[in-house]
Amino acid sequence: MSKLLEVSNLHVSVGEKEILKGVDLTINAGEVHVLMGPNGTGKSTLGFALIGNPKYEVTEGKIVFKGEDLSDVEVNNRAKKGMFLSFQNPLEVPGVTLSSFIRSALEQKTGERVKLWEFKKKLDATLDILQMDHSYAERDLNVGFSGGEKKKAEILQLLMLEPEFAILDETDSGLDVDAVRTVSAGIEEYQKRVGGGLLIITHSTKILESIHVDQTHVMIGGTIVKTGDSSLVDIVNEKGFESYGE
Amino acid sequence: MEDKTYVEDIDRSLYDFRNADEDAYRLKDGLTEEIVLQISKEKNDPDWMRDLRLKCLEIYQKTDMPVWGPSIEGLDMDHIATYVRKNTKMADNWDAVPAEVKDTFEKLGIPEAERKSLAGVGAQYDSELVYHNIREDVAKLGVIYTDIESALYGEYADMIKEHFMTLVPPTDHKFAALHGAVWSGGSFVYVPKGVKVDIPLQSYFRLNAKGAGQFEHTLIIVDEGADLHFIEGCSAPKYNVANLHAGCVELFVHKNARLRYSTIENWSKNMYNLNTKRALVEEGAKMEWVSGSFGSHISYLYPTTILKGDDSTMEFTGISFANTDQNLDTGAKVIQLGKRTSSYMNTRSISKGGGVSTFRSSIEIRKSAEYSKSSVSCASLMLDSISRSDTIPAMDIRTKTADVGHEAQIGKISDDAVFYLMSRGMSEEDARALIVSGFAEDVSKELPLEYAIEMNNLIRLEMKGSIG
Repeated sequence: MSKLLEVSNLHVSVGEKEILKGVDLTINAGEVHVLMGPNGTGKSTLGFALIGNPKYEVTEGKIVFKGEDLSDVEVNNRAKKGMFLSFQNPLEVPGVTLSSFIRSALEQKTGERVKLWEFKKKLDATLDILQMDHSYAERDLNVGFSGGEKKKAEILQLLMLEPEFAILDETDSGLDVDAVRTVSAGIEEYQKRVGGGLLIITHSTKILESIHVDQTHVMIGGTIVKTGDSSLVDIVNEKGFESYGE
Repeated sequence: MEDKTYVEDIDRSLYDFRNADEDAYRLKDGLTEEIVLQISKEKNDPDWMRDLRLKCLEIYQKTDMPVWGPSIEGLDMDHIATYVRKNTKMADNWDAVPAEVKDTFEKLGIPEAERKSLAGVGAQYDSELVYHNIREDVAKLGVIYTDIESALYGEYADMIKEHFMTLVPPTDHKFAALHGAVWSGGSFVYVPKGVKVDIPLQSYFRLNAKGAGQFEHTLIIVDEGADLHFIEGCSAPKYNVANLHAGCVELFVHKNARLRYSTIENWSKNMYNLNTKRALVEEGAKMEWVSGSFGSHISYLYPTTILKGDDSTMEFTGISFANTDQNLDTGAKVIQLGKRTSSYMNTRSISKGGGVSTFRSSIEIRKSAEYSKSSVSCASLMLDSISRSDTIPAMDIRTKTADVGHEAQIGKISDDAVFYLMSRGMSEEDARALIVSGFAEDVSKELPLEYAIEMNNLIRLEMKGSIG
């Protein structure tokens, strides 16, 4: 299987503080990986470092995506190469509608004008999958959205932009049971449409019920301390993180 | 993404072309009784107008310069020509306009806009109108759209005399007095009772001459139950000496009428824009201002609305964009006299490259204005660390039954928002431009369509090279 993402000995600091202390992670094309761990252990930091947030400085180690070292690749170009981060706290951008934003992002990615009619058709169909009213597309990006609506809007972008690799940073947290099921259906749709690789950062098993998981990782104190198959999710859920040194 | 400390200027070549004014008639610089009398004679004023000019000159000479706003020290009236006329007569057909003047307006897209979407167009070049035309079907409704000079004689002469400089008296401030002394050009519009003009009228003011002033007067009377949208646009090429614009706009909105007055001002950056605009609104009538200020070196601009009649309303929607060497002091004033009157101001200001933008609002709700409302919402965005934005609200409320609200926001572009947009594949430049146009969206959607597009292009252009 071809390697999609290879992270080796990754050290990341924010300001003076080192958060990631040597992370190794390999994700092959089409694989689903789950990342679990207590709060404040560096999971979101890994997400930001992978997508290239300039506030998260890589001090050692490297990230190789589709065979290319990303050290000197800026965030927007990582996105163009096929990487996507579903934000835990998506930002509000007044005056820019969700629909026009997705459209300009698509145009940036492909370098071509997006045909309005086809775009609208696909957008509406995708909104239906996520059980979002079509009017959401014409609302300002995340402005006045509830927590759940923001998360759905992230999955909407994932489905419209069709990246080869997506990091879902606690996309299920703070959602009610129905919303988790909807987001989960969105992820299945992504696998169907794109079959891309996924790194799912989560605290719960609900979102994983209908998704095939290839590998599970437990992160504690800025390193991955345990890797296993999907059964590891249940073990962690039952026993917590104590046995891994927490 | 580091904090931006300096942002390049944009390409203004669209506006900056200038014509040589060899064949123009130009009065000598400065301001004396002799010059004022000469203007009056040139313009064939009726006696009352000549006397008004002289009275205004006297007031001008006695009045001090304003000291509360941005500095206008660079403006030396001894070096401003108050009257410059192209050697041509006003035409109602573009083919009769001299080629280079016509060419100027072609470049600015005026004749094309007229064909497409306007009910009438006036075009002023330096001190005089060179073109004025109104669509026949609109004229048939009894709508008058002409230059003030023509209106001073004939059927509407008394109407002009009754209204001219009554809303903005020459004693108002020094530049109102100056305007009264040397005014030239502008437009007169009268919309008869009950007539609704569906498509806008537009006047465009172009100041081509170097070191000159433009002092056009706009007088609009919208009679009972009538409806009008009037658009004014202004631009000038850049010179290395000061130019002055001291126009005056007087608007009379009668019972149950509606007037929308849109201005897009894109003067060059050597312009002192000291303009005065005022509206008197009668019972049940509505005044809507839309104001875009992008150009000039210094601007003092605060359209004022007097809500005289009961249940009259006003809305002011404004945007300003101050760049390097620009100090745009803008805002709006309202004086509420009638019962149940309401006013709403919604503004956005953007500053970059060391530009200064100040928003002043003044709300006066008098004792008679029982159960009136007023609400102000203003937001400023600074695009770098050397620019400046201020908000100066003033309120004077004299009735206990008034309902007044004020909301102000001053901020910078959030790095997190830029990063969020970039994480979807946008360049930093595009992400910033998107945030800025989003910030302006609420206001830009009120602009006439072609100006809204122009503004978005302007923002895009302004954001180019903004990444350091």
